[in-house]
Amino acid sequence: MNRFWSVLFLLVPILGIASVLMAMYGVTPLESAWLPKSLSQAGDTIDQLFNGIHLLAAFILAGTVFTIGWALWRFGDRGNSNEKARYVTHNTKLEITWTVIPALILVFLAFFQMKSWAENKMDRPTVTVDGVSTFKAPMVMVKAKRFGWEFYYAGDDGIVETQDDIFVENLLVLPAGEEIVLQLESRDVIHSFYVPELRLKQDIVPGMTQFVWFNAREEKEIEIMCTELCGWGHYMMKADLNFVSRAQFDAWIEEQKAAYSPEFKNVVEPSASLGELKKLHSPQLSKVSKSLLEINN
Amino acid sequence: MAEVSVENSIEPGRKGNAVSRFVWTYVFATDHKVIGLQFLFSSLIWFFVGGFLALAVRWQLAWPWSDMPIFGHMLFAESGGQMSPGFYNMLFTMHATIMIFFVIIPILAGAFGNYLIPLMVGAEDMAFPRLNMMSYWFMWPAFGCIILSFFMPEYGASAGWTSYPPLSVFQGDAQSLWLLAMVFVGISSMMGSINYLTTIIQMRAPGMTMFRLPMTVWGMFITAIMQAFALPVLTAALLMQLSDRMLMTGFFLPENIAVNNGVATSGGGQVLLWQHLFWFYSHPAVYIMILPAMGMVSDIISCFSRKPLFGYRPMVYSITSIAGLGFIVWGHHMFISGMNHTLAMSFMVSTMLIALPSGIKVFNWIGTLWGGKLQLTTPMLFCVGFVSMFVIGGLSGIVMSAPPVDIVIHDTYYIVAHLHYVLFASSVLGVLGAIYFWFPKMFGRMMNEKLGKIHFLLTFIFLNGTFFPMHFLSRMPRRVADPYIYEGLKDLLPLNQFMTICAIGMGLTQLIFVANFFGSMFFGPKAGRNPWNANTLEWTTVSPPPHGNFDVQPIVRRGPYEYSHPETERDFFPQTESS
Repeated sequence: MNRFWSVLFLLVPILGIASVLMAMYGVTPLESAWLPKSLSQAGDTIDQLFNGIHLLAAFILAGTVFTIGWALWRFGDRGNSNEKARYVTHNTKLEITWTVIPALILVFLAFFQMKSWAENKMDRPTVTVDGVSTFKAPMVMVKAKRFGWEFYYAGDDGIVETQDDIFVENLLVLPAGEEIVLQLESRDVIHSFYVPELRLKQDIVPGMTQFVWFNAREEKEIEIMCTELCGWGHYMMKADLNFVSRAQFDAWIEEQKAAYSPEFKNVVEPSASLGELKKLHSPQLSKVSKSLLEINN
Repeated sequence: MAEVSVENSIEPGRKGNAVSRFVWTYVFATDHKVIGLQFLFSSLIWFFVGGFLALAVRWQLAWPWSDMPIFGHMLFAESGGQMSPGFYNMLFTMHATIMIFFVIIPILAGAFGNYLIPLMVGAEDMAFPRLNMMSYWFMWPAFGCIILSFFMPEYGASAGWTSYPPLSVFQGDAQSLWLLAMVFVGISSMMGSINYLTTIIQMRAPGMTMFRLPMTVWGMFITAIMQAFALPVLTAALLMQLSDRMLMTGFFLPENIAVNNGVATSGGGQVLLWQHLFWFYSHPAVYIMILPAMGMVSDIISCFSRKPLFGYRPMVYSITSIAGLGFIVWGHHMFISGMNHTLAMSFMVSTMLIALPSGIKVFNWIGTLWGGKLQLTTPMLFCVGFVSMFVIGGLSGIVMSAPPVDIVIHDTYYIVAHLHYVLFASSVLGVLGAIYFWFPKMFGRMMNEKLGKIHFLLTFIFLNGTFFPMHFLSRMPRRVADPYIYEGLKDLLPLNQFMTICAIGMGLTQLIFVANFFGSMFFGPKAGRNPWNANTLEWTTVSPPPHGNFDVQPIVRRGPYEYSHPETERDFFPQTESS
């Protein structure tokens, strides 16, 4: 019976590591389980870290839990013998070894990842105009609100939050192959801007302005998710994100300019009664005009 | 002390009829053991409530918007039994709240802390028995608030257990009740921790030096210190949020935000302030929820390996350094919250450091098993399960302590996997092991081994079936009622259904435990003083111990882990035994 338990514990690292490797290398049935294919260089670096640390973790898991299973196998059926357990209280050399080696690994990890963090969150892209380096201006200002996304494209002046901004709701179209900066703000509560394919996530805090940047290498239609609980309709706070070629993008922008009057649209919330919305708290809601969702229970 | 008779198990000095004796013994009890059992029973009841909420969450994720069984038609008659998205938010909010504040913290510190500390240090009771009673009775206003909140609109607080403002400030009245409940829980924990600290420092039996204390007591001691330092911050933050809600202050509200059709706020506050204050308590709370379990697991593993705990002093130092570092890592919950990105680097380093003492503990447990004469009883299996699951939870912790990786997995199911490996697969397995281990002491009867092993096997399989696949959902956000409205998440439905089926299996498995618990309480074989041949002081007295605990004043002569000592015939050497 004791052998049964040791096999049970031995199965933990075997199954755990097997499934991690399957997810990492795209083996069925876990081929699409982990992360979608990365769309950016910065995302690739994060993937390397993600996979690298997981491999390290798998190695440690194998080492420790295999030892546990083996100990149960080896020492688990001595119940009836007269043999006593070994009287060992400590082993200073061993203790030092298994403190120092993990410490070195962790120090290495800590320094190794700093560059990637800086690339994603700290080194905001700059442009050099007349020999003066300044931050690159955001192309779009994102206003998150319960429960949708407003996008204000910098108009002809190239600056957001001016009269010629172009307003689009729940759809973000961007050119692929260019470094793009977004400015994130919230109208009400905390939201979070998450694009799995770009390995990009940033909480949007009311009262603060955040900037994110990325460079998508392919034209692709993906989604923006809200990943910070923002109320009852949090689950449906999504927007489409389309990466298109520069030419398509310019054409699309012209289309939007024609559709919207060239003034800073300060969206006025439409009103709906509470009862109307209560009726709608079901999947059909996503079909209802997104602007209606501004009001909540 | 020596004259306390064994039979005198009720509150001394209480006369009167059976009813008043019962009330004074079991309701207004000052005996630490009765208070411990009170905590144990109320926590176990809440454990089942919290479990039901979790199953409802899993139901929605596996079969979204389908009719919820049993409760669906009671609560949502007009929609034909399908839950509303707000109700879903309530489910995971209250699941976390109940499991953390009403189950794991009270069962570890309240139940086992109360029951074991005086017995293990050789004291007749806690230092402040009436304060101890108050600490339990302060749980009841909290229970009341939470029960009441289930009858409010939306059926309870629904801003997440983290209650981030501004959302939480604009929630319904259930949120105020939630905040009040947390204040009461905090007061209860504070009274408990003062009591534990005083008892451990002042009331140890003769000969019981600090480095002769069992790891259980060390775990409780360090936990009590953490609670005493961290709780005031949480309490202050809770009261600030309450005043933001009720008194229109603006601690956490910036200017110009409009929620619920434009509520004017005074503004001038900082949204992130709440997160800093909250996590300054709630990260240490993570260790408050595992250090006592680590202590108990150390004792149980050493006992059933019939071998001294490997590296007792390093174990004590590592608990202490986990506690110390635990206070400077809270920012790793906030890597992408918008706080200064440079700060993330320092929190990353401290978070990685905390992996070291945690690793030392794991290696020492393995060192204890190695070369032992293992007795794979039910408590031992739960504790070995604890160690192997803690390895998984700890390793996924290292993955997410890397801020660039955390960008991807923050607020996704990967985090849910990690926290359940630490809190359920580790802490709860440790607690269950401890219940199986100390049940004979608490009730004087043994639990059924066969049922216990089946309970362990099924729990172990189902918990891995439920929580391990969550690691692969690192693109599925948490707290989303219907993830499948995203095109990119539609293919995750079968995996979620598999996890839900395992979760239902895990829930049903716990019925075996309930049957075993109550069956053994009345019909189990009598235990005797020391059924496991363990060394610590609680096993020298009768089971269950009388009021006053010991018939003879214990004199401590050695450490708690002298198993298989070469100088003795037997393979154990009780702490009090003269050599």
